[in-house]
Amino acid sequence: MGGKRTLELALATPGLDAAGNAVRVPLTGSAAAAPEPDLRTDHMLINIGPQHPATHGVLRLVVELDGEVVVRVIPHIGYLHSGFEKLGEYRHYNQIIPLTDRTDYLSAPANNVGFALAAERLMGIEITPRCTVLRVIACELSRVISHLVWAGTTAIDIGAFTVFLWMFQERERAYNLLEAWTGARMTTSLTRVGGLMADLPDGWTGQLRAWCQGVPKTLDEVDRMLLRNGIWLGRTQDVGAMSAEEATNWSLTGPMLRASGVPFDVRKDHPYLDYETYDFEVPVGEHGDVYDRYLVRMEEMRQSVRILLQALDRLPDGPINARDPRVILPAKRQLMSDMESMIHHFKQVMEGVPAPAGEVYFPIENPKGELGTYLVSDGTAKPVRWRIRPPSFLNLAALPRMAEGHLLSDLIAINASVDIVMGEIDR
Amino acid sequence: MSDAAIPNPSAATLRARFGASIGASGVVGGDTIVHVVRDRAHEILAWLRDAPGERYDYLVDVTAVEYRDRERPLEVVYQLRSIPRAAMLRVKIDLARDHALVVDSVVDLWQGANWLEREVYDMFGIRFRGHPDLRRILMWETYDEGYPLRKDFPLRGRFSRAEQVRRALAADLSAHYSLDELSIAEAYDALPADMRERLATGREGEEW
Amino acid sequence: MEEGSAGVELTHGADPAGQGPAERSGFVSPNWVTTRLDDLVNWSRANSLWPMAFGTACCAIEFMATAASRFDLARFGMERVAYSPRQADVLICAGRLPFKLAPVIRRIWDQMPQPKWCISMGACASTGGIFDNYAMVQGIDTIVPVDVYVPGCPPRPEGLLYGILMLQKKIKRETIFDPGLRVEQLADRRGMFLEPAAVDELSEPFGNSVHQTRSA
Repeated sequence: MGGKRTLELALATPGLDAAGNAVRVPLTGSAAAAPEPDLRTDHMLINIGPQHPATHGVLRLVVELDGEVVVRVIPHIGYLHSGFEKLGEYRHYNQIIPLTDRTDYLSAPANNVGFALAAERLMGIEITPRCTVLRVIACELSRVISHLVWAGTTAIDIGAFTVFLWMFQERERAYNLLEAWTGARMTTSLTRVGGLMADLPDGWTGQLRAWCQGVPKTLDEVDRMLLRNGIWLGRTQDVGAMSAEEATNWSLTGPMLRASGVPFDVRKDHPYLDYETYDFEVPVGEHGDVYDRYLVRMEEMRQSVRILLQALDRLPDGPINARDPRVILPAKRQLMSDMESMIHHFKQVMEGVPAPAGEVYFPIENPKGELGTYLVSDGTAKPVRWRIRPPSFLNLAALPRMAEGHLLSDLIAINASVDIVMGEIDR
Repeated sequence: MSDAAIPNPSAATLRARFGASIGASGVVGGDTIVHVVRDRAHEILAWLRDAPGERYDYLVDVTAVEYRDRERPLEVVYQLRSIPRAAMLRVKIDLARDHALVVDSVVDLWQGANWLEREVYDMFGIRFRGHPDLRRILMWETYDEGYPLRKDFPLRGRFSRAEQVRRALAADLSAHYSLDELSIAEAYDALPADMRERLATGREGEEW
Repeated sequence: MEEGSAGVELTHGADPAGQGPAERSGFVSPNWVTTRLDDLVNWSRANSLWPMAFGTACCAIEFMATAASRFDLARFGMERVAYSPRQADVLICAGRLPFKLAPVIRRIWDQMPQPKWCISMGACASTGGIFDNYAMVQGIDTIVPVDVYVPGCPPRPEGLLYGILMLQKKIKRETIFDPGLRVEQLADRRGMFLEPAAVDELSEPFGNSVHQTRSA
């Protein structure tokens, strides 16, 4: 990693083994602490949150402590319950797209894509080749920016403040891209049923390429700081481990599931948006602890950059919206001059686009895991049921299993490693 | 995704094995859906998880649907996946509105069902028999406006805004489990071995 | 809404006679000494506002972005984000506030010592935003007094900074010789901060919203 700006410091770790992997630091120690029968102890009950910097949102953890050891932890959620699913029953399909931004707000474009794909399958609409590739670009961009926030906030929870600033600076560069394309930094509302809100501005692909050159450098800097750092290893290895069987039974998803050794990725196993034609790897961990989740997510970012470059190479010209005047709003020039376009516009805006009766469950690989959109339609323009299958909800449910028996500071590290976003959990 | 017209073979296998307990089945939106009778649902789901040819080891989702048409029953929907076979199956239980909205919990089959079923209870009022801890999860425990995702529940809630604010501000912030409820004495034997070991020795050998 | 501050003309129980600062007892008429002292106190308060970042949703991410390197809150004196309300000056409610979280923000506001201000960041904190439903408080001003509203969904960091600068300007207009200025608007015996009629009026759907409560 030949850094000229930083010194290769002698780190307090055994270093790398023959294969170049970081040697797992064995937990030091002799016998367990001797019990003191004369000391009368009580368990403490403390409350972490819902307003707390390290809970990653409005999460409340009721923790029973025996000294520093977590005896029991009970997560209380619902502090950000916003009634999304109820609201979806009162909105047309295109009106639900801005709602999807606000569930997992760290990776809004991916949420938009997931919902649009589900609605399109429900309505039987086929999207154009250019739209397909642009949506892949949107999804992988979201994956990187979501993992950037994850890395920054996890590092700051464990004490590495600088990483937070670096990651957010990288995310700011991505915000420039998203803002140029959609007008918004974060809540992008990028897709529409049948297409996208807008095509790329001129020069955007060049900017994305430049950004793709910069991301691996930042990741390398972060790795230089954390990957073989004795403190990091001590705080993250063998902390919060879940075996593969447990991870499957607890319905863990995404990087949590893969870090535990289950090689399941929706992009590979149930491909969408032509993901089977892209050349990328899915990192799978071994121990399922916080360190493995860190490794998995860092590698996923690198693989996402790989996919982005492939997508840029194959981006075809052409329209971004399907050629279906009942579903896609007509261009303004046509609208103002052509009666039929005006009628289509009127019907879509005033009545919405009806979906045929039926239902669909469409999973995508969100940065946090498998984000499923379950839409049930009764033939009207507003869904009967919009169910978001939230990956972080299921990941967080396993927190008691992961954290009980560990120290309080491990609880914070484990909570950070789950990569929760309360907007998605509480909806 | 898989070919839209070919149903998952599990549907036929289920019908062969459970006969009349299997209701309508078909392919909708590319996915195979099977309706099952409520009283044998737990047995059927357990068989789906464990049978060698099925192995639906991963519970994707548990949710419920209420249709605008009052004639249609409520549905409890289970989304299952077999990771080794990369197959998905949707299992539904119909609940007639005039009968008690109760089904058996599947927490003993898939731990992931714990919070999912709590959410269905919170939003629809459907109770899950055998659930270890069935209480509201998204709304607060003493919320009494109703079950929000039911169709007879208005979007803006039943009470006036001032009343909602008053009730919200009156909620007890310190509500948590009491110390004896949290006592793990009874639950100790049910804990996994590694957790028991960690609890017995603290963080392995860490010196203070 | 503290008495004497420019802003919403809501009357609440604290001063039914509608007395201005000059009529309240204990008020000292401004003179050269008091204005100089006020300048000093207001300047120091405005330039070292420690924010209580009550971040709930998407706006919290934009708040974090404002605090990060590119926009940098530290140059406005908000170097130290206080996570304990006891050590904070300004409550920035960044994000939507569901009813379940309402008593939490009320308690945090009550725990903050005077002088304290409140910035409502984003559309959801100001009015309930796009969530006009059973779960969402229709504006935190039904629960705590708000000094500055920052619109946006989410507001750009520049927008939040503009709101902070507005608050600084507002602070500089204050005077420490008005004892009525820092009167706590305590929640009344029903636990509410505003009259129920006022809450209902603030939460009324308006404009297009009236059509958005139809399901079919």
